[in-house]
Amino acid sequence: MPDAPGLELIAQELDDAAGSDSVLGTYHEHGQACLIVDPERILEVLRWLRETPGQEYRFLASLHGVDYLPAEPRFGVVYELLNMPRVERLRVRAALAEPGDDALPEIDSCVSLYPSAEFHEREVYDFFGIVFRDHPDLRRILMPEDYVGWPQRRDFPVGGEPVIFTRDEPDMPRWYE
Amino acid sequence: MATGSPRLEVRREKLRRLAPLEEPAPRENLRIRQLRARDLLRGDLDGPELEKHVADSVLTTTMAKATSWGRANSIFPATFGLACCAIEMMSIVSPRYDIARFGAENMRASPRQADMLILSGRVSIKMAPVCRRIYDQMLEPKWVISMGACSSSGGMFANYAVVQGADKFMPVDIHVPGCPPRPESLVYGFNKLQRMILGNPDPGWRRRYNAIGTEEWARPATGEASPEEVEAYAAAREVSIAHESKRSQEARGGSA
Amino acid sequence: MSDGVQTHHSAPAHGGDVLAETEAEVIGTSPIERTAAGEALGPEEELLTINMGPHHPATHGVLRLLVSLEGEVVRDVKPIVGYVHTGIEKNCEDKSYWKVIPFVERMDYLSYFSNMEAFVGCVERLLELEIPPRAQYLRVIHLELNRLHSHLVWLGTSALDLGAMSMFFYCFRDRDKVLDLFEMSTGQRMHTRYFQVGGVFEDIPVGFERNVRAFCAEMPSRLDQYEAILNANEIFLRRTRDVGVVPRQRLIDLGVTGPLLRAAGEPWDLRKVEPCLRYGDFDFKIPIGTVGDGYDRYRVRVQEMRESVRIIEQALDGLPEGPWIADDRKVVLPPRDELATSMEALIHHFKLVTEGYRVPPGEAYYAVESPRGELGCFVLADGSAKPARVHIRDPSFVNLQALREMCVGGYVADLIQNLAMLDPILGGIDR
Repeated sequence: MPDAPGLELIAQELDDAAGSDSVLGTYHEHGQACLIVDPERILEVLRWLRETPGQEYRFLASLHGVDYLPAEPRFGVVYELLNMPRVERLRVRAALAEPGDDALPEIDSCVSLYPSAEFHEREVYDFFGIVFRDHPDLRRILMPEDYVGWPQRRDFPVGGEPVIFTRDEPDMPRWYE
Repeated sequence: MATGSPRLEVRREKLRRLAPLEEPAPRENLRIRQLRARDLLRGDLDGPELEKHVADSVLTTTMAKATSWGRANSIFPATFGLACCAIEMMSIVSPRYDIARFGAENMRASPRQADMLILSGRVSIKMAPVCRRIYDQMLEPKWVISMGACSSSGGMFANYAVVQGADKFMPVDIHVPGCPPRPESLVYGFNKLQRMILGNPDPGWRRRYNAIGTEEWARPATGEASPEEVEAYAAAREVSIAHESKRSQEARGGSA
Repeated sequence: MSDGVQTHHSAPAHGGDVLAETEAEVIGTSPIERTAAGEALGPEEELLTINMGPHHPATHGVLRLLVSLEGEVVRDVKPIVGYVHTGIEKNCEDKSYWKVIPFVERMDYLSYFSNMEAFVGCVERLLELEIPPRAQYLRVIHLELNRLHSHLVWLGTSALDLGAMSMFFYCFRDRDKVLDLFEMSTGQRMHTRYFQVGGVFEDIPVGFERNVRAFCAEMPSRLDQYEAILNANEIFLRRTRDVGVVPRQRLIDLGVTGPLLRAAGEPWDLRKVEPCLRYGDFDFKIPIGTVGDGYDRYRVRVQEMRESVRIIEQALDGLPEGPWIADDRKVVLPPRDELATSMEALIHHFKLVTEGYRVPPGEAYYAVESPRGELGCFVLADGSAKPARVHIRDPSFVNLQALREMCVGGYVADLIQNLAMLDPILGGIDR
């Protein structure tokens, strides 16, 4: 992992290259480096990280969504990048706020940079409702195609049924009734 | 018999001296059976001896029993491995927990050729219609073993994505508990299913707890109990009241 | 055909014709109903879209494939997953960290120790908890035994798919021996809940080392027997040689890791490059293939089995004495004999069992090398006793994206073989 000063250096260079305010914050804990970036600039950030000689994070280990409710901004799309020759990992978090009125948050898809992201982005869409612009085939991957709701959001209930105990059994309708 | 003599003396024994009719047939005596078979072939056996021979060596039964014996001992399971339990289901075919000794190693992939569905693994809401379709494609008579906790009742996954028990959408004959059940448990459940097919179901805990007659009866769509059900429940209630009062008498130590 | 109207000769898929509902373009070389040059197909050249699965003997779980065929040649493969989606990640947010371990175990249900290691290692990273060396060695032993178990099941079922039925019985016989060892040390054959945050649940019993050594002594000769059956087998060679080759760079772009990547020639194994748990103490090699076809994948995995045996033997030789779980009573249950004498131990026990331990806020990602590739776990902790987000980066989920590249242009029978050599575990894909 790039250590703390190395991380600050990367953040600074990114700010220069991809435009100011693209890096909203950095943190370095438990030996892991994380950049928090503006979701509108995510493609430039990732392209810079991928192609700049000296950075070259060419492997996308994981792309997942996180719901930080009640913290703001609510969603994060986390990219776990890996530089294989130097074995360095870098986490990039795109902090997405929820647009009001039932609109779905949107972010650019990085399938053109990392083809591995195809299934990952479909999964994030399936579970959080985050729309990836320019994704070749954005539809639900794990839930049924016609499912309504974004299961992994924090305000979605876990589901399941109450357990029927023997004393409650006469009152509960059986499935054939 | 002289040693080295080219002619052997043949001793003919009379069957009657060896095996008097009145005594029960000595099954272990091979000699007697050989003699009887010899006489049968010669046409010498008749009368009560013939009847006894037939009674000893021919099995009679009803057609229903014979077909259920055939069905129970050559079940073709349909491979329906969904999740972790599928691995333990595969291992009942393996040499250690051999299910071939019960005649069921022939796992058919096509539901049209199978008569038992082992639902092994968690049934998710996306898979449930597919399960039902496969079950419908099977031909009668068919049985279902719900293997493991997840297909019996949803298991540890009480959430939006898992159907809480496969018997919410299809009839299940045997539930095998475990997560995953050991292959021996599955074979035990399979043996219970075989006994059920033979018409000799295992009353299980109901006998131990004196609860014979408390089986649930499925009600028709009107929701009213059928007269047989009412009778059965009334009889069970009598039995349990009698048992209960006996126990409470003993608990109080003597007369009521 | 030339007026732009497309007719789909597809079998009715579940929930309507899925292909017709998407307006997206297909990534890749040959979209449906057109040749690679983009010309419309004549009536004799129409593609047949068939549905394989989810109930199919060769799909290694409930995987559904929409295969577009031109004759016997596969033109497009679309995997549809989600048939065993269990909502594990959502369930984990509701349970204390200790209780998450059995949930996470059941994701990739053949390599359950790897799942546990990914989650438990991630939480230990968040807690900055050091685990004692004996626990590290015990974890390595169980992880490598699990790798053997997973590869044995893979070999048995893949050979069964390709027609070599006797391999199934041999491999499952040996697999039962591995499960006996697990039962001896952990009490359960599968899904053992053995790794805990801080170490392992319990120390190994007295005869365990002897049994493992006996197993490791006979395992190489068994592997020799398996190789003798398959390595030079004409049918096996014809089916697997030069089939399903994907260039190495393309695999890296697709995020593929594990034996698939190593068979293509990339020397990438997390046990060597990013060693966790004292893997650095052991002397073992990483088998690498050259071509990246089905035969290389098979050889890489069998060789990995041999290396696993070597690692287990070295770990047993060097197994240090000491505690098998960390001392921190805020996180680890105190030993039961202390509960009768120490009030503090009782309070710790009570707090840990009812509420669970609290993890300071933060997020961490921790990756291990499972038998299928890089298994990563991301945990977001918010300071309470329950994780706020658990995400598992499953190797089979990402490796499945390579299936299309492997199968397009080959025959349907090669599709089966590619699927077998890909080693997907649907529990991990669907979570």
